[in-house]
Amino acid sequence: MTGLMREGDPVRRLEVLRGTTPPRPHDARAIAALAANPGCARRALMDGAGIDKDAAARHLGFPAPFGQSPFAITRGNAFEALVKADGCAELLRMLRELLGLPIAEVAYHDVENVGAHLRHAHTRALIDRAARDGGEGAPSPEAGAEATAPPATETAGPGEAVSTAGTLYDHPLLSLRIAGHTAYLEPDVVAFQLGGRFRIVEIKSFAVIDGQADPSSVAAAARQAAVYVLALRTMLEELGHDPLMVSHDVVLVCPENFANRPVATLVDVRKQLAVLRRQLDRMTTLDRLLDGLPDELTFDLRPDEDGRPTRPVAELSDALRRTTARYAPDCLSTCDLCFFCRDEARQEGASDLLGRQVRDELGGVASVAEALGLADGTRDPAEGQEEIARLLRNAERLRRECLT
Amino acid sequence: MSLLTSLARLRALDEGIAQPVATVRHCHLAERPMVFIPLKLSGEAAAPLAAMLGTDRGDPRLLVVPQPRNRDLRFAWAAELAGVLLPYVEGFLGDTETVERRNADPYERTVDAPQIIVPNQGGMAFVRLLGRSTRFRRTDGPYPVPESVPLLGRWLTYFAERAAYPGSSLMLAATDELGRHWASGQSSLEDANLAALLSWITTGPSDDAEDPLVWPPAGPATDPGFDAEVLAPAIEGGSPERVAEALRTQLEPTWRLMWQAIDLLAGLPEGASVAQRWEQDRGSFSGMAAHVAEGTPPQARRDGAVAAAAKLARMERAQAAYDVQRAYDDPLVMAEYRLTGEAFAGEVIETVPDNVEGEGRSRKLRPLVVIKTDDPVRLAPGTSLGTPQRRTQGAELVSADDGLVTVKITKGMGRGRTAAPGAVPEVGERVCYTSLTDDFQGSPSLPESEATPWTHGGPPQEYTPDDEDAQEEWS
Ligand code: SF4
Repeated sequence: MTGLMREGDPVRRLEVLRGTTPPRPHDARAIAALAANPGCARRALMDGAGIDKDAAARHLGFPAPFGQSPFAITRGNAFEALVKADGCAELLRMLRELLGLPIAEVAYHDVENVGAHLRHAHTRALIDRAARDGGEGAPSPEAGAEATAPPATETAGPGEAVSTAGTLYDHPLLSLRIAGHTAYLEPDVVAFQLGGRFRIVEIKSFAVIDGQADPSSVAAAARQAAVYVLALRTMLEELGHDPLMVSHDVVLVCPENFANRPVATLVDVRKQLAVLRRQLDRMTTLDRLLDGLPDELTFDLRPDEDGRPTRPVAELSDALRRTTARYAPDCLSTCDLCFFCRDEARQEGASDLLGRQVRDELGGVASVAEALGLADGTRDPAEGQEEIARLLRNAERLRRECLT
Repeated sequence: MSLLTSLARLRALDEGIAQPVATVRHCHLAERPMVFIPLKLSGEAAAPLAAMLGTDRGDPRLLVVPQPRNRDLRFAWAAELAGVLLPYVEGFLGDTETVERRNADPYERTVDAPQIIVPNQGGMAFVRLLGRSTRFRRTDGPYPVPESVPLLGRWLTYFAERAAYPGSSLMLAATDELGRHWASGQSSLEDANLAALLSWITTGPSDDAEDPLVWPPAGPATDPGFDAEVLAPAIEGGSPERVAEALRTQLEPTWRLMWQAIDLLAGLPEGASVAQRWEQDRGSFSGMAAHVAEGTPPQARRDGAVAAAAKLARMERAQAAYDVQRAYDDPLVMAEYRLTGEAFAGEVIETVPDNVEGEGRSRKLRPLVVIKTDDPVRLAPGTSLGTPQRRTQGAELVSADDGLVTVKITKGMGRGRTAAPGAVPEVGERVCYTSLTDDFQGSPSLPESEATPWTHGGPPQEYTPDDEDAQEEWS
């Protein structure tokens, strides 16, 4: 880790926060989840420091409720293999249909062939070359779906053919800087370049039935794809190319109906990109969150040789409580620390427990006791609380009247 | 969610026990509901794994697909399911009443109808997908299935569609119905867990409810830990008995919870409009049965544009009617409208029962009633009002200030020169008036489906399932 982010102090402090626990590399799912609760300082700090929240939650005695069934994993792998079989032949067929491409031939690169350690550099070189060749004289970025000249094949390296008109990159490795750390990301399959446009292809095994899929699954896939779009755009920008060569329409490939036959759909991820950018910007300014925290504060699990955490639980829990959480029931599906934070919210009697809707309804009255005090009239409204206090008192009167 | 419900949730959290948000039951409860708990294979859209179902709490049927990846076994399972559900559904067809209609032929309506109760929204979605994956199957050709399978598919599709109709009780999700009647001290997200919601209602919150080893999930998804440690080895072992026993352990706890939920709902007195909505359900059910009997083809994959718009308009009207009826049936629901100023309640302090308006032939009886209320009234003079105490009566707001509201009765007090006895509330009576009225315009004029504008895809093609539908993989 180079840690060149800024003057070095925030980075050093983040390293102190993590302590001797090995950093947990971010994957796209984790990065996508960052945007799920942008207001939470605790999460921003832990993710910024690369802390393994799952291990921390386990050690605290609040293991996260996320597990994946072996059946689901098998099914996901089988579907991905099907789509990628024979040099992504099936994928190509769908892309032709979806994008209306007249391309007969498409080059296929399995970046994985070069070995893991070189994958990122290799991906970079390939994308650079494609952007240079494909970008020149290419129509304006948005016209990417229009007809292009027939493929002109040239030699990209020893024994590798690159077609500027169409190339599929399998197993590419991208990167993204998260609060001073580099996170390596593997798009499910492919960054795909056609007519001067790159497209992220995401393969998911949830079904699209009669043109409809589970909205929460689609939303999660879109958030994740947005991470890849951002990473690829950043890479292009660093290489001196136009980042907008990467389309904000990602290609989502899912099984159709009840069969295994894949179907491709374009999904616009502009909204997800905007949220993600905001959250990542926020994480580069972690120094503000670090202000006011004791210098030696650490979330170190102090693993022994076998990796077993030895940090006293109470100590770790106290350290975490020094940072401000912003628990919401959504955390239950997005953050490893959810049970810990929910427990804390319970102890504090926070109205957050009941969900954002209730919180909004209460117009900023944060504690259960306070809200009930206003309703009972045993507590006087603070300034600005008169309206909600009046409503709560009225609501209380009506409930009493109807229930007795 | 309203502030009133939010307050109930706060109170529940504070007191450690759920709080009522209804004083009557707003759904119909059948005498013999069919409790249906489906489980599916994780990672698949609608691959059935097992189901526990039945109308007798002491005698649940367990249906299992011993090798969930085997297509033939899935269809055999669907046929078994049909063997339980179809006789139940068809059992209601024998007993009918003739319903006269204005401007239309009379029709036969069943005097009772089936009711399926699933644990949660996931169960509803599974019923819809199971219906979708079975209704186009053929009994002949390359992948024949038993005759009962496509018929089951049509019925399941019907139940799933009808469940989206506001106020319908043909298929209910236990967590939804409980949540409509009680506010827990947790979020609505967590209320989707049947065990957790029930424990809030009965004994107070318990962490056990979230422990899959104590309370396995109510489906249709199974616990990933169970999948890995118990189910996968059992399936690999190839012993159907072992698979069945494993799945029984996951279903039995939910079976008990389902009946507990039913008992809780049954403990509430039925709302006054419930029978009327159930009557509509019976009419709808009879219509579907007639379609099936006439041999019409299965429901299309998607609605045409006109059908979809008409359906949307119907649903909106049903939602509005359902909201009004619940408010009229239940003072605690009406309280929501009193809080926002769309309704008010109080004591009658003065009446002018013989007040008249106009002269000569246009002279009309318009009794006046003055009500003292603590509610914040936000209704303009001239607003039409209805009252739950006298549902056929119409009234109009004359004035409202300082906690005194004057209303004028305009309809439903008899035709005589003086008001019919009991039509005008007495001094001292508690009454409630509201601008909510269950009086909705007829359906918006939508083109007949043959006249669908080309902008909406042109006239829909009559849906005829083809071979591809029938042979669609189910993998
Ligand atoms: S679970 Fe806790 S740390 Fe995670 S996002 Fe929610 S409040 Fe923040």
